[in-house]
Amino acid sequence: MSALGAPLRRLEGTAKVTGAARYSFEHTPDGCVYAWPVQSTAAMSRIIAIDVDAVLAMPGVVDVITADDAERLEDADDGELMVLQSSNVAYRGQVVALVVAESLETAREAATRLRVDYQTGDVDAVLEPGHPKLYAPDEVNAGFPTDTSVGDIDQALAQAHAVVDHTYSTPAQFNSPMEPHATVATWSDGRLDVFESSQGSSSTVQILSTLFGIPAADITVDSQHVGGGFGAKGSPRPNVVLAVMAARRVGRPVKLAYTRQMMFALAGYRTPTFSRIRLAAGEDGRLLGLAHDAISQTSTIEEFTEQTAESSRHMYAAPHRSTSHRVAALDVPTPRWMRAPGEMPGMFALESAIDELAHEMGIDPVELRVLNEPASDPESGKDFSSRHLVDCLRRGAAAFGWEGRDPAPGVRRDGRWLVGTGVASALYPAMVMPSSARVTARRDGDYLVEINAADIGTGARTVLAQVTADRLGVDVDRVDIRIGVSSLPQASIAGGSAGTASWGWAVSKASLALVDRLKDEAVPDDGLSAEADTADDIEAMADVDRHAYGAHFAEVRVDLDSGEIAVSRMLGVFAAGRILNSRTARSQFIGGMTMGVSGALHEHGVMDAVHGDYANHDLATYHVAACADVPDIRVEWLDEHDDQLNPVGGKGIGEIGNVGAAAAVANAVWHATGVRVRDLPIQPDALVRHLPMRG
Amino acid sequence: MTPPVTTQRVDLEVNGVQHACDLDPRTTLLDALREHLDLTGSKKGCDHGQCGACTVLVDGRRTNSCLLLAVAAEGSTVTTIEGLGGPDLPHPVQEAFLEHDAYQCGYCTPGQICSAVGMLDEAAQGWPSVVTDDLTDAGELGTDEIRERMSGNICRCGAYVNIVTAIAAVDA
Repeated sequence: MSALGAPLRRLEGTAKVTGAARYSFEHTPDGCVYAWPVQSTAAMSRIIAIDVDAVLAMPGVVDVITADDAERLEDADDGELMVLQSSNVAYRGQVVALVVAESLETAREAATRLRVDYQTGDVDAVLEPGHPKLYAPDEVNAGFPTDTSVGDIDQALAQAHAVVDHTYSTPAQFNSPMEPHATVATWSDGRLDVFESSQGSSSTVQILSTLFGIPAADITVDSQHVGGGFGAKGSPRPNVVLAVMAARRVGRPVKLAYTRQMMFALAGYRTPTFSRIRLAAGEDGRLLGLAHDAISQTSTIEEFTEQTAESSRHMYAAPHRSTSHRVAALDVPTPRWMRAPGEMPGMFALESAIDELAHEMGIDPVELRVLNEPASDPESGKDFSSRHLVDCLRRGAAAFGWEGRDPAPGVRRDGRWLVGTGVASALYPAMVMPSSARVTARRDGDYLVEINAADIGTGARTVLAQVTADRLGVDVDRVDIRIGVSSLPQASIAGGSAGTASWGWAVSKASLALVDRLKDEAVPDDGLSAEADTADDIEAMADVDRHAYGAHFAEVRVDLDSGEIAVSRMLGVFAAGRILNSRTARSQFIGGMTMGVSGALHEHGVMDAVHGDYANHDLATYHVAACADVPDIRVEWLDEHDDQLNPVGGKGIGEIGNVGAAAAVANAVWHATGVRVRDLPIQPDALVRHLPMRG
Repeated sequence: MTPPVTTQRVDLEVNGVQHACDLDPRTTLLDALREHLDLTGSKKGCDHGQCGACTVLVDGRRTNSCLLLAVAAEGSTVTTIEGLGGPDLPHPVQEAFLEHDAYQCGYCTPGQICSAVGMLDEAAQGWPSVVTDDLTDAGELGTDEIRERMSGNICRCGAYVNIVTAIAAVDA
């Protein structure tokens, strides 16, 4: 029986539940010292003086590094990594000094005692529609075009039977992986060894090589266990640069971990967004026009533009369409990837607007979506590799009990609660990135697969062993797997929901090459290996549109007295190609939907306009969903076969659960209460004044 | 004048083993475990008692070890994830987490498991929670009770659904 699809337990599971799995900071080399970043307390400023001597005099302090004496770094094309290179401060929370001490306790105290004087300027840190600094970037994240246009959207709006024109917003959201970013760096004889919490250490090696001017071959980065990332560890962040710099300077191994508070300035986050959606519909509910104009922020040291309107280019048929992105460079930390960058905020907006149109036209929200299903990609005209959105909607509606739903808002009561249901679609691009792998047959009859993949909680280690076993035609327990070290064959990051597709392809190809070799060759004492690289295969792929799709159904209850919102039931149905491990896949879908509920109801980075800082920068004040906030989420998937993806047949499942989930909740809140909330998170203050008396 | 860094002897009993430690008195129990005793199963997620990743059992009660100075743990019995069970003889809660895939990245997991063990003991002793309807019924915990009682342990991967299932399976 094939190992593919089987609900195998995670190979590293026992290590994780017994505490044996070591994450980056949990390596403590002999003679190591501890580094503690000092963050700017002023935004948009210049450092005038740092009283280094007072801190250097403290017992146990080894060094204090500032921009005055830090080694010069070569530009690696990321402004956030140019740490301690300038006395200019771009945002509150940026690193202005690094304290190195013999112990964690001394490092922490010394960092708080370091006096830094600033010359401050005016702070511009609040993103608003119409902000004077908004501009059109050359392209948006992941290389998508800034603006697109088909037909004449204005004409469509003028001729429409019904028009929806609203602006939806999402706040700054913080990835907040449970393991804060951490690095342990050791230099010895010109070689650099790093333990780093990373979603992909192959690229970390290249960037460190550039920054520090040493050959990539002299660097090893180990990321065997990673405590979550959700995008925040998709590229190196200042922690690794600081630790490496300090280790070289003091000549001892250095351990550095962000505090939870530092994570909110130094790890990346999702930009706040504003999306103006305009829908123009004909009398039958078919869209004549669809426009999505998106606004986001970046910092003054690095441009990052969230591709918020990208998903609207693919979702629904409409002859006239237009999308745009504008970004403002503010005195804020640089926003980066957070689980489904672009799709998460963009689909909250579009799927809320579709729900508004359904109500206005008196058409069931599921049926309105089905009615606007395109035959090919609605903007590019490309063929779909496969698209089963309608099947997800139909199956979900049946399983959720959607049929016979009363569309009227605000009319269902259960004691002190108003009850409502909502639906939203989901999509996420099915991507694949070049990777390489090596598979070795050993004399003892077992196999070893090696690839620098990263398992950030996805189950990658397990799934790749399953792919290898399937291709070799052996049981999974005969396959050893090594991942998460940069000395292994180079591989792409755990990002873009593309890990399994990208790594699985390389592993599959190497396995098949080994099977070929084994036909003619005996296994020597040191084993017989085959390596494969997928760059050429990916280059040769047909030019079709590849996306995974899904449908979310949510039931919410709203307390009549307090406006408290509780999600009582949720179902997601997905069409994401072949599912390679039903146990870990289900968990990942549920995890994405959980983050969707969290974003819908709780997460809200609040900008302090005076100081230019996210004021609620810890886990007490930035609330992420806790156990009691999350209902019994159910997940189903279609048995989807798509031979235009990659040899393992999966589309990627890491992010789509967080796409559309917030809209399904928002639509259910509207159905429960009759109150349309267009700004996340949806909290009681937006509802309570509109709710009827309990009688 | 800054006082010199002083250390003091702290005797800790962890997982049934006595440790004579020489610690800076500012050292938390969590940092003593992780940086001095090489017991890295207890995790640092926030260092402020906000996430639960550092949960251990102190005299059988679940405790955020980041909020307890090591010196204050003298005379107590500390049990960490390493002491609950190992690969050969996992604790029933550890086994349930494996069976129900109640973890993803694994970083909150030791804290979730220690918290669950402590929580089940609290419930067995009849401790109510805010969602307990009947204070006289110390029967099986329902999922609402488990969700409420486990809400001090954040899981960002979103494994709550499976965590609740795993704990319910142990409690059944």
